[in-house]
Amino acid sequence: MIEVRELRREFKVATSKGLRRNYRTVTAVDGVTFDVAAGEAVGYVGPNGAGKSTTIKMLTGILVPTSGHVRVGDIDPSKQRRDLAKRIGVVFGQRSQLWWDLPLGDSFDLLRSIYRVSAEDYRRRLDECVELLGLQEFLITPVRQLSLGQRMRGEITAALLHAPELLVLDEPTIGLDLESKERLREFLADINTRRGTTLLLTTHDLDDIERLCPRLMVIDHGRVLADGPLEELRAEVTPDRELVIDLREPGPAPDVPGVTAVRSEANGLRHHLTFRRAETTAAQLITQVVRQVEVHDLAVVEPEIDDVIRKLYQRELDQDIRR
Amino acid sequence: MADSIYPRLIGARLRSQMSYRASFALDLVTQVLAQWIELVVILVLFGHVSALGGFTKDEVLLMYAFAGIAFGIADLFAGQLDNLPTYIRTGTFDVLLMRPLGTLPQIMVSDVRLRRVGRIIGAIAVMVYALAHVGIGWTPAKVALTIATPLAGAVIFGAIWVVTCSVCFWIVEGREFANAFTYGSNAFTSYPVNVYSAPLRWVMAFIVPGAFVAYYPSLALLGKQDPLGLPGWVGWTSPLVAALAAVVAGFVWRFAVRHYRGTGS
Repeated sequence: MIEVRELRREFKVATSKGLRRNYRTVTAVDGVTFDVAAGEAVGYVGPNGAGKSTTIKMLTGILVPTSGHVRVGDIDPSKQRRDLAKRIGVVFGQRSQLWWDLPLGDSFDLLRSIYRVSAEDYRRRLDECVELLGLQEFLITPVRQLSLGQRMRGEITAALLHAPELLVLDEPTIGLDLESKERLREFLADINTRRGTTLLLTTHDLDDIERLCPRLMVIDHGRVLADGPLEELRAEVTPDRELVIDLREPGPAPDVPGVTAVRSEANGLRHHLTFRRAETTAAQLITQVVRQVEVHDLAVVEPEIDDVIRKLYQRELDQDIRR
Repeated sequence: MADSIYPRLIGARLRSQMSYRASFALDLVTQVLAQWIELVVILVLFGHVSALGGFTKDEVLLMYAFAGIAFGIADLFAGQLDNLPTYIRTGTFDVLLMRPLGTLPQIMVSDVRLRRVGRIIGAIAVMVYALAHVGIGWTPAKVALTIATPLAGAVIFGAIWVVTCSVCFWIVEGREFANAFTYGSNAFTSYPVNVYSAPLRWVMAFIVPGAFVAYYPSLALLGKQDPLGLPGWVGWTSPLVAALAAVVAGFVWRFAVRHYRGTGS
């Protein structure tokens, strides 16, 4: 569905110094290579200014690459922007493609004409989105009067009316409350699995990734730092897992080979132990622990996805320093 | 444009304006009056002189009316381009690029304000008055020219708008520059060209083809010689000049958008 090879994009940034204007070249995307197969759901994450939006703008034909190769559904986005537009849907969390002072339903109707969707297909797709996203009562509300959450549901419906093969979402959950976020995630997961719509989304909310994207791409300074299933990245970057045990009676931490007692709480009632996921399994460890101490409760804690990404950045930073 | 989407987009804009009926009516009347206030300037001028550059009051009114109608129609569709800096700054322009339509027509239909029709109505009234008083020897060709002139003029104004607003792709706040040409050329075209100094006249006749909006066609209708010596058939070429201006504007716009996508935001 998406084929990107050595994609680069530079910007000239004016730096005014007195009356003289100098131009500095900033590389926003610096040799990015990846593929996304049809039906995948991929999370594209990175800090602000990492090059996420620039990549997305090149994939959707808004910006022309400085160099490199892009194909989206076998189309070159920079050359055939309009052909591509018919086959993909794009949602920008921070800008609207709806008509501000028209009722939401009128916006949908106009988009139907713009994308030349048959009345029958339109009805079916709209009804489905309206039902799943609970938009029924808002169809006659002018867009400017919608809440952010309602509007985002409208934006996503708008992007899906022409049944795109690929849906690109730039920060779709930004600024939404928890309930709205959850509702959107559920809906997106549904169209990905049921309709087979390919998803590519950028986000700062890592719960989006956890819920929606089996695959994660991390970008920083215009380069892809990591690309793979979340689980793999986690194992690679944070090889330690943590076992938390609550004892019945306060006591010292159990002494098991290959396990480090990190800290204890509540006067020795609770202990945090870390172990290498490559060397031992949680099950083996628990068997050994319960032989030594009387355990009231225990839990295996996976590193938070934030930690995974923070470690990826850190690793990149260390490499930069070493260079 | 084989598809019907643009009329529908315009219709959607109009519907949202009509929802405020009273303010719409008031706006419309205000616009008619605004057009007539400019008229007062001409009338006061002719209170002191009997001819301007060799043209009578009614003849000048005819030019003024042609320019007014043309500008009114152009403003209806191209006036939205004044929003371009905002579109670029807020990223709305990116939304236009996401759609399977051209960017220029999308902007043109994005904000058609029907109340601007008030100006056109006001100018048509002046045209009717002027035509009745200047004494034209009517022929079918002259009738056609009378109808074609404001339309060709609208295309010329529209082209000026597109070309000058394209500057905003390089300098985002280039609107003042653009307005100097769009609104400035409206003022220019309302009077006979020969009252202006030679360099300005030359620029406005052939670089910015403002003189083809009202002046040259009026000469042809009135059967007058150009005081500056251009042959009589020039007055019949406005539609041609308009077509040429539209083509040039189309190229400039494409070039500007290519620049935006190449080095854009």
